[in-house]
Amino acid sequence: MNITLDINGKATTASIEPRLTLLDFLRDVAGLKGTHAGCEHGVCGACTVLLDGDAVRSCLVLAAQAEGSHITTIEAVDGADRQPGELSIIQDAFCETHGLQCGYCTPGMVLAAKTLLQHTPAPSREDVREAISGNICRCTGYVQIVDAIMLAAERLQGRNQPADGA
Amino acid sequence: MKAAPFDYIRPDTLDDACACLASHPDARIIAGGQSLVPMLAMRLARPSLVIDIAHIDGLSAIRDDGDALVIGTMVRQAAALSDPLIATHLPLLAKALTHVGHPPTRSRGTVGGSLVHADPSAEIPLVAVALGACLRMRDSDGDIDFDAADFFIGPMLTLIPPTACLYEIRFPKPKAAYVGTGFHEIATRRSDYALAAAGAHIEADAHGRVQDIRLAIGGVSDFPQRLPIDLPTDLAKSKSSLAAAIDTALDTVDFVEDMHASASYRRRVVAELAGRAISDALNEITAGLA
Amino acid sequence: MSDQKYKFLSQPRRVVEDRRFVVGKGRYIADYDHADMAHVALLACHLPAATIDDIDTSAALAMPGVIDVVTGAELAAAIGPLMNGLDTPNVRRYPLAVGQVRYAGEWVCAVIAESRAVAEDAAEKIRLQTTALPFVLDSEQALQEDSPPVHPDHQSNVLLDKQFVWGSVDDDFAKADHQLSFSVVWGRNSTVPIETFGVVAEWNVWEQILDIRASVQMPKYADQIARALGLAGNQVRVHYDIDVGGSYGVKRGIKHAVLTGYLARKLHRPVRLIEDRLENMRAGDAHGPERKFDISVAFDQDGTVRSMKMRALDNAGAYAGRAPFQLGKPIGAIVGPYRIGSVAYQAISVTTNKAVQEAVRGFGQAPTNYAIETAIDRVAAYLQMDRLALRQHNLIRADEFPYLIPSGSTYDSGDYHQVIDKVLAAAEYPKLVARCAELRNSGMMAGIGIAACLEPSGGNSSFEPLLNENNQTTTWMESCQINIDALGTVIARIHTTSSGQGHETLVSTVIGEVLEIEPDSIRVTRPNSLESLPGNSPVGSRMAIMLGGAAARAAEKLKHKIITIAAHQLQCDAATLRYQGGTTYAADGRSFSWDDVVELAHRQIHGLPDGMDPGLASFDIMQVPTGGALPKDDKVQMYPCYSFEFHLVLVAFDPVIGKPEIHAYTIGHDCGTVINPAIVSGMTYGGIAHGIGAALLEEFAYDESGQLMTQSFLDYLMPSSHEVPDIQLVKHCTPSPHTVFGQKGSGESGYLGAPAAISSAINHAVSGMDIHFTSLPIRMSVISDAIANANRSDK
Repeated sequence: MNITLDINGKATTASIEPRLTLLDFLRDVAGLKGTHAGCEHGVCGACTVLLDGDAVRSCLVLAAQAEGSHITTIEAVDGADRQPGELSIIQDAFCETHGLQCGYCTPGMVLAAKTLLQHTPAPSREDVREAISGNICRCTGYVQIVDAIMLAAERLQGRNQPADGA
Repeated sequence: MKAAPFDYIRPDTLDDACACLASHPDARIIAGGQSLVPMLAMRLARPSLVIDIAHIDGLSAIRDDGDALVIGTMVRQAAALSDPLIATHLPLLAKALTHVGHPPTRSRGTVGGSLVHADPSAEIPLVAVALGACLRMRDSDGDIDFDAADFFIGPMLTLIPPTACLYEIRFPKPKAAYVGTGFHEIATRRSDYALAAAGAHIEADAHGRVQDIRLAIGGVSDFPQRLPIDLPTDLAKSKSSLAAAIDTALDTVDFVEDMHASASYRRRVVAELAGRAISDALNEITAGLA
Repeated sequence: MSDQKYKFLSQPRRVVEDRRFVVGKGRYIADYDHADMAHVALLACHLPAATIDDIDTSAALAMPGVIDVVTGAELAAAIGPLMNGLDTPNVRRYPLAVGQVRYAGEWVCAVIAESRAVAEDAAEKIRLQTTALPFVLDSEQALQEDSPPVHPDHQSNVLLDKQFVWGSVDDDFAKADHQLSFSVVWGRNSTVPIETFGVVAEWNVWEQILDIRASVQMPKYADQIARALGLAGNQVRVHYDIDVGGSYGVKRGIKHAVLTGYLARKLHRPVRLIEDRLENMRAGDAHGPERKFDISVAFDQDGTVRSMKMRALDNAGAYAGRAPFQLGKPIGAIVGPYRIGSVAYQAISVTTNKAVQEAVRGFGQAPTNYAIETAIDRVAAYLQMDRLALRQHNLIRADEFPYLIPSGSTYDSGDYHQVIDKVLAAAEYPKLVARCAELRNSGMMAGIGIAACLEPSGGNSSFEPLLNENNQTTTWMESCQINIDALGTVIARIHTTSSGQGHETLVSTVIGEVLEIEPDSIRVTRPNSLESLPGNSPVGSRMAIMLGGAAARAAEKLKHKIITIAAHQLQCDAATLRYQGGTTYAADGRSFSWDDVVELAHRQIHGLPDGMDPGLASFDIMQVPTGGALPKDDKVQMYPCYSFEFHLVLVAFDPVIGKPEIHAYTIGHDCGTVINPAIVSGMTYGGIAHGIGAALLEEFAYDESGQLMTQSFLDYLMPSSHEVPDIQLVKHCTPSPHTVFGQKGSGESGYLGAPAAISSAINHAVSGMDIHFTSLPIRMSVISDAIANANRSDK
């Protein structure tokens, strides 16, 4: 079947098998490798993307189901108003606290953080833990990830700009 | 873990969906996909056709129908969690929804999907059983109603006819002056499948006399079930005879044993959780009366 | 603290690798695309033991998009078996089952197709005919002579059974006031990275090179592939610049690489195998130790532990892998941090019809620490002595280093008592004790867990010759090359993959420190294996020591050359010059800059000392410190440097629900001089998370019919952000005398002691009830049932 998906503001049309997941569409059809496959059964969260602004597991969405929705991947979290090579506040905070090691779960964590901070600009550490509870990390033990998201929240609140998401 | 091949169709109406089911008996409905897609990936489900009902008008609504709250099958769990009608009229459901999955799965998962998937540890089936919900489905011959209490017959097994599509769930609204609820669940990690869960919904009249008590348990056997409990109508006496009443009721249950928990553990814990759920409900009524 | 003496070392500094990961620009193996790639899916057999009578691949081959189907028989005829370091030639392993299936889930056929989905479709069409065989799952049963042998040609299930006696064990037991015995079980779990193993193999028939790109953490990877495929060493090119999505020991990938290498050469197309999660869990050869310990300790009334006997029986699974050697490495710290005078150790490794173990973080040290710490807690309980006081009495004292342990290793340095004091102060121990009492008074069960453990670091495979006399390996090295180019910029080359350890940051920090230049100006590259000097991979917690050491020594060579050139130009004795920040200064104030040296070295040979080669390049190949000798009298120096960790944890649970919650966690950590603080703290927290999983949640559980019950993440439960608390990290530094900066390793920190500490806490919580939890993971159901049974029998 032919489908057209709106990914990071760009339309991508392809002829696909219905069984193709959104995750595989993003990686193999759209060539966006930043979204990762960890389990392909919806537990680890490495495949997290935003679908109409909400964090979802792309391995649990058929590409066909996503037609008509707006998909955002880690590649577009930089934001249209940012220069190439410039990190978003959330991404920079992850670098500041070293909230990652191998980086495999990191795109999912960044998107989970983005979703949280859009709804809860001043979260507690417990709020942060709940927001990332569906993303498994095997490297960090989460402590420095929570540090990163708390730091990002602080910096986002201190910005002298209207809230446009990070 | 790629699914076996299947065709995909997006019908515009419920009747179209039923027509697809009638002509493809091994087709599967996909609603949120949070339960179906993992099964497809592991090739545990191998339908020839997947029918996407997400875009059918009218399946995503929540409406007040007088004596019942009617929830469309496609209502996303996240939407239900933040819905004021559900918060007001179905407080037990509102409490249970906070335990369902994680935020990313609640954005996609649906109320109807969870019911039809019928995992023995799932929270929404437990609440449907507790509150005596009516599951309305349609096939090409017309509408069929099932009482939640009869609907779940085994692990992932329901009475749904293979060619029927669930389209709405009617939850009776409380009738009495005061309502109290309690929901407790224990899982190995937060948001894992429950090893034991209990939901209680108690209604009392203006004088605090218990009119209706509904207790259901899940996660401990092949399907969620009502636990018939006799409590004195006097609230004060209710609290003290609780443990014994629950213990007696649990004698009728077949407890599951698996690598995560023994049968004795499930029984012991569900007894504790049932007690806590009922206590929470009674306390809410007491607070309301005060 | 040594922090102040370094300009870059030990200073907070961003990890340079992080930048590409936070934007989703990591270079993982699944990201590698090649237009002509063929995809592999595996067909598994789900019997624990069976003969393979027939494989009918015709229907699969007939499917459109299917390129080939390969069986074990075809492989065995074409390639050599995979190496194992033991002397067990009849325990042969190939990437696919040959003649016989030996565990449920073992790969029997490889299907190669135009897409992964089609390969999986075709795998389902293969008709396998098998005859079930008797099987054995339990390690004690596997030891029995009548147990069905997993490898009939080997005639038994024993891979290794070696007894060591160091010191006067029998005598010490006879003389001691008391002795006690107990058993504990470390359940089969593993580190299970979120990225599965993957490899892409390409055969360039024109240049006769096999290119291997893989998510791998494996010493001598190129060598093993070459050997198995009958290729010359310089016909295999492993690309080290693939980012690895976590490994923690397990991504050895040897069967995957040999399989895809064979396929690439046969099919003349690039071949890609990315394990899906089912393939990984069942048959990825990545399970960890499954070990039963029987321990006896002899001790005096004053708490002195004199001697220990330990029998360690490990369930290796169906093939040898690295599992048996994971019984050998802990010999290097067999007495833990304690002054125990003699030890008897029996190391037994058996085959069973379970999946294969590989190297897991710590290489056997975490289970051994769990056993030793349980012994110490038991002695304290027996003597009714405070567990802290008993440890403080037995711990090696700061003035006793270097300390030679009975099995032949010398511990380099440490101050265990001070670390403990710091932890007790930071955790406000009396308040912790009070909180524990409060929790108990409120109806909860609560306990304080303690663990004092060592992290042997530096890596050294001297356990190989110790367990197998025919194995004479004594070299364990690492290397680094540095080039200062014609523009004066620094490029360093390292010869290994990384899986999140921040090696680029480590090396640039070390080189920056020695050359006194900004580390961020140094670029670190990873050439492929043909362009590399020898190395042994980031295993055995070795890279801070070995890579740091090789980088520092290579940098020192360059600094020496720079000063020599400057001396020549300044016409001074090099010894009178001062090097600072890249510039060389004479006593009279004249100087010679970095750029001046670069100009001379690259373009003006007439200005260099006679006989000096042009350019500014150096390399260093470094042998592990203190290593290099073969064992003698069953003793050998294992790893060179010993880091120390002390865990203090408060755990509480409802007696009916039985769900342990960690209320407080403090760890004291001494890994000598820290190169990058955020890397070390991250490793420690991550290690503790793995430890929480091993203690409470994770197990590769098999049922009685030999089926793996935990095949997916629905049943193999790993700690989420809710299960790992905030952790208080207390640092200490006793530098190692063996390393340039005094650094020790920290790649396994936290994991080595957390399971012991959590077990200690839960057992402390129930200590009034005569209940012992002696098997990991400790499940909620087990806790609750034990308490209910104890209460019932009290009535």
